[in-house]
Amino acid sequence: MPTPIRLRDLIRQIRAARTAADERSVVQKECAYIRTTFREEDNTFRCRNVAKLLYIHMLGYPAHFGQLECLKLIASPRFTDKRIGYLGAMLLLDERTDVHLLITNSLKNDMNHQTQFVVGLALCTLGSICSPEMSRDLAGEVEKLLKSSNAYIKKKAALCAFHIIRKVPDLMEIFIPATRSLLTEKNHGVLMTAVVLITIMCELSPDTLAHFKKLVPNLVRILKNLIMAGYSPEHDVSGVSDPFLQVKILRLLRILGKNDSEASESMNDILAQVATNTETSKNVGNAILYETVLTIMDIKSESGLRVLAVNILGRFLLNTDKNIRYVALNTLLRTVHADTQAVQRHRSTIVECLKDPDVSIRRRAMELCFVLINTNNVRTMMKELLAFLEKTDPEFKPICASKMFSAAERYAPGRKWHMDTMMKVLTTAGNYVQSDVVSNLVHLIPSSNELHAYMVKQLFRAISEDISQQPLVQVAAWTIGEYGDLLLQPDAEADDPLKVSEDEVVNVLERVLASNLSDIVTKEYAINALMKLSTRFPNSEPRVKSVVSIYGSHVNMELQQRAVEYHALFGRYDTMRAGVLERMPLCDIKKNMSSASLHNGVSNGSDEDLMPDDMPVSKAKPAQQQQQQQEQSSSGLLDILGGLSAPAPQPSRPPENNLLDLLDLGLPTDTSTMPTSLGTQPPIAPAPVNNVLDSLFTSQPIIAPALLKSDIPLITVFEKNGLKVDFSFERNGDQLTISLAANNSSSQSMDNFMFQAAVPKTFQLQMMSPSGSTIPPNSSGQITQIMRINNPTKQLLRMRLRLNYSHGGVEINEQSEVNNFPTSVWQ
Amino acid sequence: MLKFLLIVNKQGHLRLSKFWCHDKTVNKTVLASDVIRNCLCRDEKQCSFLDYKDFKIIYRRYATLYFLIGADKDENELAVYEFIHNFVEVLNKYFKKVCELDVMYGLERVHLILDEMVSDGEAIEMNQSFALAPVQVLDAFGHRR
Repeated sequence: MPTPIRLRDLIRQIRAARTAADERSVVQKECAYIRTTFREEDNTFRCRNVAKLLYIHMLGYPAHFGQLECLKLIASPRFTDKRIGYLGAMLLLDERTDVHLLITNSLKNDMNHQTQFVVGLALCTLGSICSPEMSRDLAGEVEKLLKSSNAYIKKKAALCAFHIIRKVPDLMEIFIPATRSLLTEKNHGVLMTAVVLITIMCELSPDTLAHFKKLVPNLVRILKNLIMAGYSPEHDVSGVSDPFLQVKILRLLRILGKNDSEASESMNDILAQVATNTETSKNVGNAILYETVLTIMDIKSESGLRVLAVNILGRFLLNTDKNIRYVALNTLLRTVHADTQAVQRHRSTIVECLKDPDVSIRRRAMELCFVLINTNNVRTMMKELLAFLEKTDPEFKPICASKMFSAAERYAPGRKWHMDTMMKVLTTAGNYVQSDVVSNLVHLIPSSNELHAYMVKQLFRAISEDISQQPLVQVAAWTIGEYGDLLLQPDAEADDPLKVSEDEVVNVLERVLASNLSDIVTKEYAINALMKLSTRFPNSEPRVKSVVSIYGSHVNMELQQRAVEYHALFGRYDTMRAGVLERMPLCDIKKNMSSASLHNGVSNGSDEDLMPDDMPVSKAKPAQQQQQQQEQSSSGLLDILGGLSAPAPQPSRPPENNLLDLLDLGLPTDTSTMPTSLGTQPPIAPAPVNNVLDSLFTSQPIIAPALLKSDIPLITVFEKNGLKVDFSFERNGDQLTISLAANNSSSQSMDNFMFQAAVPKTFQLQMMSPSGSTIPPNSSGQITQIMRINNPTKQLLRMRLRLNYSHGGVEINEQSEVNNFPTSVWQ
Repeated sequence: MLKFLLIVNKQGHLRLSKFWCHDKTVNKTVLASDVIRNCLCRDEKQCSFLDYKDFKIIYRRYATLYFLIGADKDENELAVYEFIHNFVEVLNKYFKKVCELDVMYGLERVHLILDEMVSDGEAIEMNQSFALAPVQVLDAFGHRR
């Protein structure tokens, strides 16, 4: 057997490998060779081979076959062998491997070795690979070594105890007495480990935390000595005396002083001293200050001290070192809620950081800026953020635009300012604006009457120049459709009055429709706008008509359907066109929108009072979710109906909803998830267009405000597990309106609530969208939903219900049948 | 608490890796290469800290070598940053102007020194001569490598 190559040579060979495949073959050859020598029980070169194996392991190749060899090396009497053996054990073994029993004995022997370095190696290894069983076996030995007179061993034993406690917290008890005496040591290494050990004990057990509270004066004294002591070469790091120990002590003080005013009181002085006396020209000093700030903010410190802490962070922000600026912003983000006022004072510095070359600093600064916006500074902050939005990387734009919208909505000093700002956000962020901003804005614009003319003109100007920014074009198209007539009115106030003709407006919209840059949603907005303009601009009606008819053969189904339906509106139903295309009723959706956009949830409870004068379909719910529900409910309905009687599709419902969707462009439409009525309702696909429109017009009353005043008694149709569903009725000839109210008296909220109903086929049922999908617990809110039933033959009404919701994480499906409708409902 | 230390060169070749967390869910090789990729693509203008999954990554560059440390969220970034420097100073003292080759060929020495300075993820020995004591004893034995 030849002498194995040296590690050095192996490294050379591996480095000489030109390709990854070459490298692999070198390693595989060497591994095969090492395996053979291991099998031959070669003692002389075992150490060298294991060392090579460790290198191979580092390169990411499997090396577990060396585990047993490491144990053999550990058992060897030679220090060099032991050294490699332990190193190998630390790298190749971990708690998963089952060779631990074998190593326990060697460790025990070595822990009693007369050489401190061997003991140190054993302790160090134990500290990194020890399993719970080993911890139990060796805890006694470790505790004995913790009381040794040798500082080196003491230090290693303390770290080993640290690991054991983390593995088996029950073993903490036996280490507590020895740990306390460690704090009297002079050696910094021992002090450091003692602090680390106490910290972990305090984190793991509240009892021990209380026990160690009386050590606060000792810790304060140690810290004081550190900062007062002059230069000590032994522990000096760039002119600061053992900064690492200071940092560790400060962290321990933070844990001890948290929520404890007495302990905090005794730290105030020393924290102030550290905060004022630490040298800040070097990074080490800043590391200490940083830790001090965290401690001050976490404990019950005096208000003066807190201001001092925030000021330190303020100074950090001005530091030339980017790392320190980053840390400062991060810490401010963490502590801003504790003391917003103090942070406000550094606002200008934080705003400066928006221009920082470092992307992570900019991100933190942006987040912090949004936290700091309030009614007083919103104007200046928005200006800065707009500048930021313009220059920033694409990844920030969507989030920044959305946050600007929420902030503007919450703190806007006036409507006009609000609108202007949103316009700027739209034009600046361009296509990065998320669709929620579009729908929010579309809801916002109608709510401010006096600004309609202003907004429509602004938006028209913007899209006459640029039609490539989809969100802007969408908002503009909607607004022009609604308020196109205002566009033509001259306004005396503006500096350069906009003079446009009907044709110019139609031209722009036509351009949007034809442009390759427009996506389908934008085109849908545009065709709707054109349609609305047919009533606003009487002279342009023929033109609109011809444009609409062109798109009747568009390749996109949704767009085509809209065009075909609109075309029919010009023909047979021309008399109703003006009524259908009337201006959208004003919906007080703002509250819902903001809460939904701020908390990413569907609002509940409060929309109840909105129901009567609100268009039921224009809820503040993400369209996508609504669409999904529609899809589910229509298929579910068919299922249920199948059980009741012959399957009778509800031809009226889906297309009509879809059409309402079209008219109510406030909803963020997303074609990718939008089921077209043609697609999901095959039975009615061949029906003539008129049919679809018939159903549209039977549903006209929906648009008119529905006032529900009932003289028919209310019934409870479902009550189980805290969920209660009530029906109240309103009857108008053949038409019955049922309003459903679902209450939740249990202690947990019910999510994804979905109500489905089916009636015999002689009836026609329409269901409006529910007011939400979550019922808050303890009867603190409810979901309402309106159903309309047409009963031309005046038959006995029966209904089958299906309820789906998740309650405390469990999906629940319930079915029931309602046969107890009051006779006045149907007779 | 520190979770791992990686020494890599500019090309992304790993020169030393040391993990102090033995979490079953963590695939060390994948984690290491992912972290290295994340760090090496950063430019000079960016700060030395980044968030990666549950870790804070603190890195520092010395000539051709990057020193990367993954720490948990409670760790003081600036102190870790300083620790890296201290570690490099110790290596420098031992190897007399440390370079990439020293780390490669003296792998187990570097490990020994590192074990002296960090134990179980806690930096414990910052005194340079104390940290070098065991490895110097080892050299005094004058053994073959």
